[in-house]
Amino acid sequence: MALDSCGMTLDGIDCVVMGTAPDAFDMIHMKGENLIDGAGAWRKPYMRGFVGGGTGVFVVDQGWYHVASGLFDTCLVVAEEKMSSCLPHPQGAFITIWDQFTESPLGPSLLWMFAMEMTRYMHVHGITEREIAMVSVKNKKNAMDHPAAQLPAEITVEDVLNSEVMAWPVKRLDVSPSSDGAVALVLAAEPAAKRITDKPVWIEGVGWCLDTFYIGHRDLYYPRYVEYAARQAYEMAGINEPSKEIDIAEPYDPFDYKELHNAEGLLLCGKGEAPKLLADGVTQRTGRQPWCPSGGALGVGNAIAATGTMKVAELFWQLRGEAGKRQVPGKPRRGVAQAWGDELQVGTVIVVGI
Amino acid sequence: MSAEKVTQLSQTKRMFGELSFGPQDVKLYGQYTYGIAGERFFREIKDNGRIMGTRCQKCQLVYLPPRIYCERCFAELKEWVEVEGKGRVHSYTAVHVDLDGNRLNEPILMAIVEFPGIYGGFVHKLGEIEPRDVRIGLKVEVVLKREEEREGSILDIEYFKPGMFD
Amino acid sequence: MRNEVGELPGVPLTEKDVLHKKVLSTEWDPKLKWAWDTGIGYGRYLNELKKGRIVGSKCNKCKRVLLPARAFCELCFRQVDEWVHLKDTGTVNTFSIAYTDWVARRIKEPRIPAMIEIDGSGGVAILHLLGAVDPKQVRVGLRVKAVWKPESQREGAITDILHWLPMGEG
Ligand SMILES: [Zn+2]
Ligand SMILES: [Zn+2]
Repeated sequence: MALDSCGMTLDGIDCVVMGTAPDAFDMIHMKGENLIDGAGAWRKPYMRGFVGGGTGVFVVDQGWYHVASGLFDTCLVVAEEKMSSCLPHPQGAFITIWDQFTESPLGPSLLWMFAMEMTRYMHVHGITEREIAMVSVKNKKNAMDHPAAQLPAEITVEDVLNSEVMAWPVKRLDVSPSSDGAVALVLAAEPAAKRITDKPVWIEGVGWCLDTFYIGHRDLYYPRYVEYAARQAYEMAGINEPSKEIDIAEPYDPFDYKELHNAEGLLLCGKGEAPKLLADGVTQRTGRQPWCPSGGALGVGNAIAATGTMKVAELFWQLRGEAGKRQVPGKPRRGVAQAWGDELQVGTVIVVGI
Repeated sequence: MSAEKVTQLSQTKRMFGELSFGPQDVKLYGQYTYGIAGERFFREIKDNGRIMGTRCQKCQLVYLPPRIYCERCFAELKEWVEVEGKGRVHSYTAVHVDLDGNRLNEPILMAIVEFPGIYGGFVHKLGEIEPRDVRIGLKVEVVLKREEEREGSILDIEYFKPGMFD
Repeated sequence: MRNEVGELPGVPLTEKDVLHKKVLSTEWDPKLKWAWDTGIGYGRYLNELKKGRIVGSKCNKCKRVLLPARAFCELCFRQVDEWVHLKDTGTVNTFSIAYTDWVARRIKEPRIPAMIEIDGSGGVAILHLLGAVDPKQVRVGLRVKAVWKPESQREGAITDILHWLPMGEG
């Protein structure tokens, strides 16, 4: 579909970058290699990038330097995840990501990690579950207009608060589903891009950063690694005031609180201020700075490595004015997308503009 | 504290793990559906006892096992062709140990079997043949399980045996 | 040129389609096991747990206590300088009350994982579980103390600490 949309065939693609998260989901080791035919990488320079949930934006960043370095004119970026093969539940695959000596023996579930981060975020800033639930309401509603959405819904804050407690403070409707999905983007150097389309969307900045593996050495209330990644991308893009110079943001939202947490890391507002922007309607699709107009992971689905790429694709459509019913009004010119993952430790960021 | 050279596993303190939380608990496992091409491929073997591939007109390739897209030109492959189960040994090995390194009583003969004019082939067992008689280029033909035993898996092919054909 | 995502290709499958054999499927249950060498830092950390003690390591350059104890400081990228014995008491930094287990099965009695800042470490936390405590009483800032397995049952593992109990207010 990505190739069709720009009238290209595989002949015009110089290299391929593939994003796919843990092999444990598929229990197919070297799954990057397993996926090359579907990725269009047959006998082409090919690279798999992987930073857990941060992969979706990381692969676009990697595709960018394949092209920006001058090594290739065009790059096909493909990201996918297939979680449905992992039984009895894909969450089990995450038992292997904890520290095998000091954490895994305690039988941790993935939710512990998020729940404890959410608790810390709420505690430090005095934020309530009710304030956070609004993210889920907004994103699932936005997803009603996304043709690939898995869990679009019109729900209320009460619905979220009353949904089953999974790992307090995380409730059923605070969490994105497990998903199968794939996204593809075509990147091209400036001269090639101008031949391919008269409406290019430019990558203006990229950034990525990993914090220490040891979660006990970090204060979970704030993702400083996201901030470092964002600063790298903003500096490249010449952005000084992201809260004003960014028209649309797609922060990573596998859980509702994560959108707020990540938006603060992206410096779209001060620490602890994201719930206020949400409450004031600023981050609605019609607001001053929409967050996750796509519907995000909460609404569209969370096919781990593909989610961040879905967010970059959303910015592409939004900036070209082609987002249909999801279109953000006011001719947006610049957007930031971000993904996040590993053991609460990686931020990957991209700024795109027209 | 300084680094030390360790040459024996017995010198280390080891911790054990598996794809589970504790030995008594459920284990993770994978379940795969075959996809559009795989579904038809395995159903053809199971129900009709025949091996099918898909052809890319543009690249003049017949894919075996079949796929729904050509890996070279991305064309959707809709043309199904039967592949006669008569091929040749492309390469082979005699396996004398199992996955855990235990000695097998009888070696298992494994081969890559290719078919004339076909892009792909099978990695499968050889049967009804002594290890000393296997050679590259050997003509082999498919032996399927009896229909009532077939369940839609690559193991519906029992093995390949030496074949008499031109 | 297409403007919007149009018809999406694909064949939707439900769990029932697979369960009722509407489509073929195959299963794989890997029997693999792993054995990890604990190395110098973690080896000492786990051995000390067996003795009923929590040990960290210290980097004299950045003055940090590393916990669990490790052989090198990832910040200064140098070997650590000494072992430091810490108390088996601490403060809850954050926590959850979990009603699902590692494969998302529902559990009746919740487990309460917490990040516990270990006294003497300068605020470094370890992941562990609170035990025998009313979930309603758990809060960030709660003071807790380790409950150890009887010495004869310890094996040099993080589970040598059974869980952590509130120390009582004040
Ligand atoms: Zn072709
Ligand atoms: Zn240091």
